[in-house]
Amino acid sequence: MIQARIAKKYPPGKESPGFALDLEIRASAGITVLFGPSGAGKTLTLEAIAGFVRPDSGRILLDDVILFDAASQVNVPPRRRHCGYVFQNYALFPHMTLRQNLLFAADRLRRLERHRRAGEMLERFQLAAVAGRRPHEVSGGEKQRCSIARALIGEPRLLLLDEPARGLDAPLRSSLYTLLRQVRADFDIPILLVTHDLDEAFALGDNMLVIQDGRVVQSGPPRRVLDEPASADVARLLGVANLFQAEITALDPGRNTSRLNTGAFELAAPYLPGHFRGDRVWVSVRAEDLRVHRRDGVLPPNSFPAELVRIQERSQAVRLEFSGELFADVPREEFERQKDNQEWLVEIPPHALRII
Amino acid sequence: MAIDWFPLWLSLRVAALSTFFSLLLGLWLAYILANREFRGKEAVDAAATLPLVLPPTVLGYYLLVILGRESALGRLYESVVGHPLVFTWQAAVVAATVHAFPLLVKTARAALESVDRSYEKAARTLGASEWRVFWRVTLPLARRSIFAAAVLAFARSLGDFGATLMVAGNIPGKTQTAAIAIYDAVESGNTLLARTLVLIISAGAMAIVYGANRLEHRRVRP
Repeated sequence: MIQARIAKKYPPGKESPGFALDLEIRASAGITVLFGPSGAGKTLTLEAIAGFVRPDSGRILLDDVILFDAASQVNVPPRRRHCGYVFQNYALFPHMTLRQNLLFAADRLRRLERHRRAGEMLERFQLAAVAGRRPHEVSGGEKQRCSIARALIGEPRLLLLDEPARGLDAPLRSSLYTLLRQVRADFDIPILLVTHDLDEAFALGDNMLVIQDGRVVQSGPPRRVLDEPASADVARLLGVANLFQAEITALDPGRNTSRLNTGAFELAAPYLPGHFRGDRVWVSVRAEDLRVHRRDGVLPPNSFPAELVRIQERSQAVRLEFSGELFADVPREEFERQKDNQEWLVEIPPHALRII
Repeated sequence: MAIDWFPLWLSLRVAALSTFFSLLLGLWLAYILANREFRGKEAVDAAATLPLVLPPTVLGYYLLVILGRESALGRLYESVVGHPLVFTWQAAVVAATVHAFPLLVKTARAALESVDRSYEKAARTLGASEWRVFWRVTLPLARRSIFAAAVLAFARSLGDFGATLMVAGNIPGKTQTAAIAIYDAVESGNTLLARTLVLIISAGAMAIVYGANRLEHRRVRP
């Protein structure tokens, strides 16, 4: 269990606008993803927990041990914090073989035990065949596995991973995810993983903290965060393409309906408990939930004509941008069928609407 | 006429010892300069560079003042060892060390600072003490440049003339190093001795510098 409250200010300099980190983290065994854009303070948070950066104020508690407490001037040095750290560039010692890297980390153990542990970890992380090679003589995936094994061999009480999938191609990525899930099952410790990749957060996260400008803006299981973003900012970070403000013009709990007016168009939506008529709310719709049709006479509910401005090919779908900043991801076959449309209708299904 | 090899042999001995002391002193100072933050850090760095740019006689004069029989250090040495430090071959070692160690501090500091900090950070999270981080991680990663710097320091102490002459004197068979012997030989018209020593020293220095350059420019693997 890690509990940390960290505040750190960097005053604005000549070329930097200044930065303030002020957040609270609680994580028990399992993978907690720190998700956010670059420069949000994710890596800084890991560095503060590992002890490389001294917070201005706050308190860091790992299990029952105080690692840092500004009030009582406690600041345990990194080497006694028992935090395994996997660096972005792996930081494997280039002048040592993979086995020596592990042995260096197992220094606390007695000689025989040390060699036994190193052998066991090499076996477990499928490194036995390359154990005698130096880091520059092995593949990216092997370096990656070795750096995780090295961080774990000393039996840390916490594992910190700084963008572990950065620079790995798709197949290596998925085997890394499998490995990390195995690590989560085998080691009963909290794992903090920094990433700005939403898919990674979903593939690995038991829990997710959305970090922006040095603050935690939302936390919870990834699926819930995605379904119920706490603010328009979070929705934007999570890649929600369609965000607009609307006014609630009607609420009918009996029929479970409501009406929203965005200024540009009217929408029917399910009843919105906890809101009043006249409230202004943010409405979000994921691009893949938007539907497009050819315009031919009747208007289905919740649809309106729009002008196609741009077509962008993506790996899974085709993204269509319409006037009024509406984005729709349409499957390729669907787009092939409709690409000759002269006029377009955009439909927002009521169930796809999310009110923030 | 037989050539007296003593000066050459003394020079080698003095250079080897002073390289050793330069390494000790230089690495220690370089480590402090590369890792600690304190007021006047750059002033210390400048002071350590001074022997590189001061005229050797100025350096020798300072050493005489600091180590002479009247000084506190000189008296301490005399009371422990039993004879004065000045005008012995040990004084030549001191002079050569002071002459050569700035070269080492400069290079070693740059070399230690160029080691990627993430290796040191990683070592610390793995439970290594600062001592262990230095000896097992930082130093091995900087070893090439430091070794090259030590070789240059050796060459430089081999060639010291002014400072050595002032604190160790020119006592043939006792404190007369090769550089001083050449001067002496030229003064007394012994061209054979002068030429031989000049050739040997030139060839030796050339080999040393060439070797050091090759070491430094060899591709360092990431």
